[in-house]
Amino acid sequence: MRKNPGQAEARLAPLLLKEITGFAGLFDQPLRLMEVCGTHTVAIFRSGIQSLLPNAIELLSGPGCPVCVTPTAEIDQAIALARQKNVILATFGDLMRVPGSSSSLQQEWGEGSAIRVILSPLDALQLAAERPDHFVCLFAVGFETTSPTIATAVMEAGSQGLTNFYLLSSQRLIPPAIRALLANGMAQIDGFILPGHVSVIIGEAPYRFIAEEFGIPGVITGFEPLEILEGIYMLLKQKKEGRAAIEIQYRRAVAVEGNERARAIMAEVFAPVDANWRGLGMIPASGLALREAFSYLDAAQHFALPYVEQGDAPGCLCGAVLQGIRRPPECPLFGTQCTPEEPIGACMVSTEGSCAAYYKYGGRP
Amino acid sequence: MKERRISLAHGAGGKLSHDLVQELFLPYLGSAPLQALDDSAVIPFETGQLAFTTDAYVVKPLFFPGGDIGRLAVCGTVNDLAMVGAQPLGLSCSFILEEGLLIADLERVLASMQTAGQEAGVQVVAGDTKVVEHGAVEGLFITTAGIGQIPPGVAIGSARTVPGDVIIVSGPLGDHEIAVLLARGEFSLQGEVKSDCAPLNKLVATMLAASSTIHCLRDPTRGGMATVLWEIAHASGVGVVVEEEEIPIRGEVRAVCDLLGFDPYYLANEGRLIAFVPEGAARTILQAMQQHPLGKGAKLIGRAVADHPGTVLLHTTLGGHRILEPLSGVQFPRIC
Repeated sequence: MRKNPGQAEARLAPLLLKEITGFAGLFDQPLRLMEVCGTHTVAIFRSGIQSLLPNAIELLSGPGCPVCVTPTAEIDQAIALARQKNVILATFGDLMRVPGSSSSLQQEWGEGSAIRVILSPLDALQLAAERPDHFVCLFAVGFETTSPTIATAVMEAGSQGLTNFYLLSSQRLIPPAIRALLANGMAQIDGFILPGHVSVIIGEAPYRFIAEEFGIPGVITGFEPLEILEGIYMLLKQKKEGRAAIEIQYRRAVAVEGNERARAIMAEVFAPVDANWRGLGMIPASGLALREAFSYLDAAQHFALPYVEQGDAPGCLCGAVLQGIRRPPECPLFGTQCTPEEPIGACMVSTEGSCAAYYKYGGRP
Repeated sequence: MKERRISLAHGAGGKLSHDLVQELFLPYLGSAPLQALDDSAVIPFETGQLAFTTDAYVVKPLFFPGGDIGRLAVCGTVNDLAMVGAQPLGLSCSFILEEGLLIADLERVLASMQTAGQEAGVQVVAGDTKVVEHGAVEGLFITTAGIGQIPPGVAIGSARTVPGDVIIVSGPLGDHEIAVLLARGEFSLQGEVKSDCAPLNKLVATMLAASSTIHCLRDPTRGGMATVLWEIAHASGVGVVVEEEEIPIRGEVRAVCDLLGFDPYYLANEGRLIAFVPEGAARTILQAMQQHPLGKGAKLIGRAVADHPGTVLLHTTLGGHRILEPLSGVQFPRIC
């Protein structure tokens, strides 16, 4: 939370930028750094960091925008769920506009489906308690940051004896996605700006393979502009020293071991499953499904929701953008057929999507 | 081709609202005063100029910290008149009431309109009421129209901005939208933020008394500061540069924005104005504003430039820059 932005930023930013520019000059090739998390993408654009970095540093947006990686098939499931009689679908706001194969939640809402935008999964639980005559279904999208709270909601539903609360789980895990990205070798990545919030839960260990198996450094970074600059600085310092390790810039929030209690609740309620990612395809053990003991809350099962795989819209480069292979303006639809007003790909929908960030903050064609 | 329908985003005050007016309303109803797309129409008149405007008010909840739909309806119309430099002569009000609305709530709204009218020095001189069945509206909707008189020698309009003009904002931005958002209680967030909802005509009179050279005035309602600056840049063919460090935003408002992933420059205000004034008069106008209760927090935030016409550039605190586009769609809270 920025209490007094300005003074510290104005004073320290030039010092960090000077160091960064100095380091960047030491390499023959431009360095490509990936910010995995959509919140980083937005912070980078909003604070103007893009405009300050030397040309020799290229920032790539990664697959860390939960809305962007939710496949069309799962949006379609949520829509099918919202259309059911006596169902209230509880969803995070930025999912509203994501296009499914023929509609969106916002369109369904406009046509009368009961859809409620929530901020916390626990809001859905409260809704279920208030509306015993309806089935309240939580469209659970998100990464390790949100999963512990979703798990808590599931446990609470049990202990409160709620029989009208269901879960449509579209949760995803970050480290398997990074591994998939590196394993297919398409994106050239010289360093990772790793997500701060996710790391509060999972800690440092799940990322070590990035350094140990792929020889690429990573820094767990906070979301304030200065923190991002420091994260970039720490990455360049490793590059200069020829090291590859996982380091933590965001020490004020992230412990090396993460939050064991939060992980224990997650593990009690959910089991890892293979999951489909928009743009990245099937990734082993990258999703979370309800464990047997809680499967009676599974909305997909209870309402017999079909799962129909859908290809990306023709011409849409979301997949390549999410992997850092292409930049948003390279997409032929960017800014012409695909705009935040009428998005085609999910990366243009979410405020955290890289296409929306490029479009909104000055990367128009 | 899908049949196009009105979506909520058409009402959010951003790019889609702009397009709707340009592509649908103006072709049918675009009189010369309407084409100017200022907050009020300016009508030549035997002895001087009249300003005329209308606006519809829908807000959920009807009551929120710092205001209610009635106060909003009076202030909104008074402010639209004030943004062309006019002092209000009279207002008309049409009420659409939902069957089942508590009379006590209606009375509270009317009392609040009376107070706001007294603050602005204007009366409701015409009115109408309709009642519709339960569910056809939410509580009550109000439509107001206002007529006002523009003092001689005053010429204010979005298209009058020229390079070199200095930009003044009258106080902290975003209070209104955050107050309403918190009052909805949907996000289990609580806060102390009060709406800025207030009639600005007296502040404008104070500014005009300090200097009648003001080029452009706008109240950043839906779509917020960013959208208004973009509209002015387009209407006048100037570039706009604003300094992030100078833009006043309360800590509480910033905190809620951080939490929801909102950009504070797109938040709606109901008692703030943005002025483009010649550099020579800027200090005098600013000081006059700071003497007025509604302009205490006034600040210089940037200027109009000849470069990059039609583009609004924000110099960030960090020393970088980014482009401010008009609001696209509706701001929805993010996941994490």
